[in-house]
Amino acid sequence: MIEITDLHKSYKTGASSLHVLKGINFSVKEGELVSIMGSSGSGKSTLLNILGMLDEADSGSYTLDNFPIKNLNEKVAAKYRNKFLGFIFQSFNLINYKSALDNVALPLYYQGVARKERMEKSFSYLEKVGLADWAHHLPNELSGGQKQRVAIARALASEPKVLLADEPTGALDTKTSYEVMDLIQGINDEGKTILIVTHEDDIAHMTKRIVNLKDGLIIDDSIVKQVRAKAHV
Amino acid sequence: MFSRDKWDEILESLSANWFRTLMTSFGVLWGIFILVILLAAGKGLENGIKQGFGGMATNSMFMWTQNTSKSYKGMPKGRYYNFKTGDVQAIKDNVQGLRYVSPRNQLGGFGGSNNVIRGLKSGAFNVYGDYPEIIQQQPMDISSGRFLNYNDLKEKRKVAVIGESVKNTMYETNEEVLGSYIKINGVNFQVIGTYTKKSGGGGDPEEAQKEIFVPFTSFSQAFNMGDVVGWMAITADNNHSITSLKTSVFNVIKKRHDIHLEDDRAIGNFDLYQEFNKISGLFTALNIVAYFVGFLVLASGVIGISNIMLIVVKERTNEIGVRRALGATPGTIRGQILMESVVLTIISGMAGIILATLVLWGINTLLDSMNSSEMMFVNPSVSIGVIIIALLILVLSGLLAGLIPAQNAIRIKPVDALRTE
Repeated sequence: MIEITDLHKSYKTGASSLHVLKGINFSVKEGELVSIMGSSGSGKSTLLNILGMLDEADSGSYTLDNFPIKNLNEKVAAKYRNKFLGFIFQSFNLINYKSALDNVALPLYYQGVARKERMEKSFSYLEKVGLADWAHHLPNELSGGQKQRVAIARALASEPKVLLADEPTGALDTKTSYEVMDLIQGINDEGKTILIVTHEDDIAHMTKRIVNLKDGLIIDDSIVKQVRAKAHV
Repeated sequence: MFSRDKWDEILESLSANWFRTLMTSFGVLWGIFILVILLAAGKGLENGIKQGFGGMATNSMFMWTQNTSKSYKGMPKGRYYNFKTGDVQAIKDNVQGLRYVSPRNQLGGFGGSNNVIRGLKSGAFNVYGDYPEIIQQQPMDISSGRFLNYNDLKEKRKVAVIGESVKNTMYETNEEVLGSYIKINGVNFQVIGTYTKKSGGGGDPEEAQKEIFVPFTSFSQAFNMGDVVGWMAITADNNHSITSLKTSVFNVIKKRHDIHLEDDRAIGNFDLYQEFNKISGLFTALNIVAYFVGFLVLASGVIGISNIMLIVVKERTNEIGVRRALGATPGTIRGQILMESVVLTIISGMAGIILATLVLWGINTLLDSMNSSEMMFVNPSVSIGVIIIALLILVLSGLLAGLIPAQNAIRIKPVDALRTE
């Protein structure tokens, strides 16, 4: 599903240049649930941004579902993001003046799906994350866990090939974190490819494979025995 | 382009901070309000002044004879001559584009001696010998009876149309006017009509109604004028201006009366059209000033909108990042910011136009209740054309106001936008 070879990325900060990714080789097959770990500054968020086409690599190749992702202009990148990827953020990033349902419907709006169909589809995804009763509430009327579930529903709405989650449990307490992880595991069980960036060990062990990043290089990539979140809820 | 979803998006984001939206829109509201009020005030002044012309055919001139100032064909300068009735037909035949050529004769004048007698009453009035067309050139309202017609002229009937002031002086109240006789310079004329009139050329309406009109032919015969014509009122048709035809009219007269072609003093004239144009020019200038001032005020309102849109974009950097992560293209984002700016401008502009309309309505009601025909300010209003122009200006300025903020919105990379909390 994802093929990355020799990926480099550096940021210019004033006169000095900060080499963040120093040659990443990495691949993900369909249906995998991968966590990317590393201390802050290890380059894990940068990697995720590049995977999410939000940022561009300096060199190296990136293939997503057999599409080479290279030299995209913003318009095409936006289209690919919409078609291939679903994003889940640490700070949820819901639009605060839109109801939960409208937030979920947003990617479909950009896909040009007709209003009625869009609303039906969005509602079914809200049902899936257990928030059907909260469909018409604004984000600030929801708890952190509920917000993240709306965000997950939104990420799923466009039926992407890959879900990218940047610290999805970073702003949640342990119990809520496990509930969210349970939801993510459920989605993975249905066959969706998911990448999670995290620095929490317990969250990482709820995935099927842990990739460890340090100073811009992969130092460890191992299959782990998945811990079901359900047991801890 | 105007799907319901787009509207929802725009209205949602505008109403997300409705107080600020309101305050922002006030600048544009004020600008368009000033623009409309200024234009309407100019129009009101124009209406007031033009009402002073009393609906006179403005494409007209009056001409009269003066002493010649050049010797010609053996005749000395300083010679006096008269227009003749034949000149009228000659002018009509030789000059194209004239609508009316009315020869006129006149008795009496301002402050003249008493020339009209009826029983024991007497008075001094202007008495005109006229053709029926004069009512088109110097409009008056016939308040009873009728005006002169061609049968009166053909049969040289001794009939007269008198002004309301004449009636008030010469008759008791409730006395029957029509069919009675008045004696003008010793000749009896039967009154066939009365008229009322607004002031001509800013004059006194009381004075303008102290006039008596009798048929030109009867006048000539009764008062021994022969074929002499005192002066002429000439009106051009709508395709020509009298100013441009003036010279050819003069040339016809000069040829017929053996006047040197370069003798400009021999014929006196008053060109109403030229005077009218001077005043029209003044109003064009007033309009330009109104547009100029209105635009400047509007411009500051537009800058206000532009400013607030910049802040809005800054505030929504994160939201824009999210939207782009979810698949919004730069074009979509730019379009939305522009549309928000345009919608905001148009809504506030509309509010300004409505407010201005209400104020104008109030002023008009007030003016109507004062009911003075001699007011210099009448019916201040703007035409629908001006409103359409104002709306076009609003759309344009909305686009301009949104341009820089929209460009700002898409300049930030999505990843940077997302990092902003």
